[in-house]
Amino acid sequence: MAKYLLLKHYRGAPAAVNDVPMDRWTPEEISAHMQYMYDFAARLEKTGEFVDGQALAPEGAWVRYDGEGRPPVTDGPFAETKDLIAGWMVIDVDSYDRAVELAGELSAAPGAGGKPIHEWLEVRPFLAAPPTITE
Amino acid sequence: MNEALIRSLTPSVLAVLVRRGADFAAAEDAVQDALVEAIRVWPADPPRDPKGWLVTAAWRKFLDATRADTARRRREDLVDQEPAPGPAPAVDDTLQLYFLCAHPSLTPASAVALTLRAIGGLTTRQIAQAYLVPEATMAQRISRAKRTVSGVRFDQPGDVATVLRVLYLVFNEGYSGDVDLAAEAIRLTRQLAAQVDHPEVAGLLALMLLHHARRASRIAPDGSLVPLAEQDRTRWDTALIAEGVEILQAALARDRLGEFQAQAAIAALHADAPTAEETDWVQIVEWYDELTRLTDSPVVRLNRAVAVGEADGPHAGLAALATLDAALPRHTAVAAYLHERDGDLATAARLYAEAAHKAPNLAERDHLTRQAARLNAHSRR
Repeated sequence: MAKYLLLKHYRGAPAAVNDVPMDRWTPEEISAHMQYMYDFAARLEKTGEFVDGQALAPEGAWVRYDGEGRPPVTDGPFAETKDLIAGWMVIDVDSYDRAVELAGELSAAPGAGGKPIHEWLEVRPFLAAPPTITE
Repeated sequence: MNEALIRSLTPSVLAVLVRRGADFAAAEDAVQDALVEAIRVWPADPPRDPKGWLVTAAWRKFLDATRADTARRRREDLVDQEPAPGPAPAVDDTLQLYFLCAHPSLTPASAVALTLRAIGGLTTRQIAQAYLVPEATMAQRISRAKRTVSGVRFDQPGDVATVLRVLYLVFNEGYSGDVDLAAEAIRLTRQLAAQVDHPEVAGLLALMLLHHARRASRIAPDGSLVPLAEQDRTRWDTALIAEGVEILQAALARDRLGEFQAQAAIAALHADAPTAEETDWVQIVEWYDELTRLTDSPVVRLNRAVAVGEADGPHAGLAALATLDAALPRHTAVAAYLHERDGDLATAARLYAEAAHKAPNLAERDHLTRQAARLNAHSRR
């Protein structure tokens, strides 16, 4: 089993096929989208492949150490050009192929017009602990 | 209340119920109920025959549950025709449980979880911690596995190879919560070896013991990897090594070689060397030839290239490496090592950095990054 992080972007990913900002959707379309995400997570819980998932607020800031005795520097809210993570889900699956299959399903969440968004999701493997046998 | 005793009895009690015809999931529930009752009753009234007590209690729980379930009336009729539970049999049924838990219809992850639960007697929480997943996730994995095998007939002989594969997966798991999975795998393999007379079971047990013997020296206090050549050999567990070698020799004497025996033979040659320089690399290459013949695995060929590099020099190692697919995991790391031994430090440093980038785990990545840094610092001097 290997753990993968599925990253959903607000910004920074290549444009989705069905690329309509969420505030132009109907309330029903938003509900359907949310329901799809809940159902997806619930299904993974049942298969024993779900580890964790959270949505993130769009606000964020870059923060940096600014030297001894000084408060950290922040550059304020993310600028329009920066990558923005909308949320993430951690799955624990048998293979990379399964991780890609699940990311594909998640990317099919319905959007405007009830059609799948076809949004791009980022799939990243976790670095794990070393196995007992390596030599 | 002796938890070790309970854990050691649980699988054989479960096996008795399943052999008597109880559905796997129902049998497990019944055994759990019996354990709860044991915890309540035993302190004041300890049984003379704990296993017999548990079998009787679990069977009663199973019958109660089955009778209460009107939708399963047909099975109730079947159960009533069964002979009344007598004393617990002397033969151990857990062997069949091993085969059931490693059934080919299960995914490897499910087989591992079910084995740890049903044979290891670990709690779902302990297994979840060891695999760093939520308890609910592990509970689902186990209950799905139970449903998958619930229709499997218990009297069919299983395939030892699938059982060994599952035990090997448990041993290889690097995580640990409050259970040591490597030690748990050894405990279960010892149990299996006591019940089934098969040279590959002995081979796997020997392999685990030989690797486990070196465990304390493999990781530095700061968590970094220590390569075999740099390990402090005084910290190797000589008792475990002696036991592993003895088990391996008895298995090899039976002349039914398998891949676990061949791997154990390589581990034994490493364990046997008083210093890294005195390692018998020529014999190790011969064992890798046997392993290649048995498995035809590209990973084995890669390891063989390392051994050839030690036995016949880096040029021979690089030549062996050149015949392999460069996309193999750790191919770049091996190339880096052989180039360094060949004296081409610039190429080695570049390849170490590239290998670090591709490393599958944190400890290996850090190790390879340090190797690259060491060579780069050297060339700046």
